[in-house]
Amino acid sequence: MLKQLTHAQVWVHDQDEALAFYTEKLGMELREDVTVPEMGNFRWLSVGVPGQDVSITLMTVPGPPVFDEETRDQINALLAKGASGGLFFSTDDCQGSYEELKAKGVQFSQEPTQQPYGIDAGFRDPSGNQFRLAQLPE
Amino acid sequence: MTPVPPVRHLLRAKDLIDARYRDPLDVESLARTAHLSAAHFSREFRRAFGETPHQYLLTRRLERAAALLRHTDRSVAEVCFAVGLSSVGSFTTSFGRTYGLSPSAYRAANPPASTQVRIPTCVLQAYARPRSDRRHPAGFEKTTQVAAD
Repeated sequence: MLKQLTHAQVWVHDQDEALAFYTEKLGMELREDVTVPEMGNFRWLSVGVPGQDVSITLMTVPGPPVFDEETRDQINALLAKGASGGLFFSTDDCQGSYEELKAKGVQFSQEPTQQPYGIDAGFRDPSGNQFRLAQLPE
Repeated sequence: MTPVPPVRHLLRAKDLIDARYRDPLDVESLARTAHLSAAHFSREFRRAFGETPHQYLLTRRLERAAALLRHTDRSVAEVCFAVGLSSVGSFTTSFGRTYGLSPSAYRAANPPASTQVRIPTCVLQAYARPRSDRRHPAGFEKTTQVAAD
């Protein structure tokens, strides 16, 4: 049966831009970065929160033969519109992290807000993916 | 209220090393996290966790560097900087003391990153798939003949 979630994948418009954002701004670590010439220079790129096994794979939307160009453009357009799924992170200090990330230029869609389950904020990556940052009670 | 055991502050410093090893951390800033003087902090940290904060940080960085050597095709210098170390020379020396091999020899002793990194089958199926609109109509033998003509 299923054992572990190892990778979650997000589409990004530009892998170098995404890598800089996830590592330099969000403080994640680079996990895997391999370019495979036999696969049309496909680049498998993943990052993760230090100390946690789950990795996030940053993938560009492929064109033919995987997706036709129209489909690729549609996915990129939806991503830019903020229609992607989200990832949910936890933090010990939502307000502090919010200020730190905001000072680094991260765009927030929601400032830290008290919710029944904790304090919660929302932000986006440069491609338009949405993330939550929640401080949950211990 | 139960007073916080002093080791809790040391644990905070240890967590900081684990999470922020890529940042320019030094013993002074870690000691501040634990509310202790640098000398006292190093001694207490060693007593609690078996090695000095400096060693603990270096080991954390080297462990991450080894993973990057196995799982990426980044150069040794890039790997060194990615884990928060600033001198490739001292990185190579410390790495050798820990792993018994230079960073490039360690990489060479492991399978290539493209085989170590487990690119899922669905990705291989999609990206390694030949394009049906770019077939070679003549096949390989006839192509050779055409070239000979």
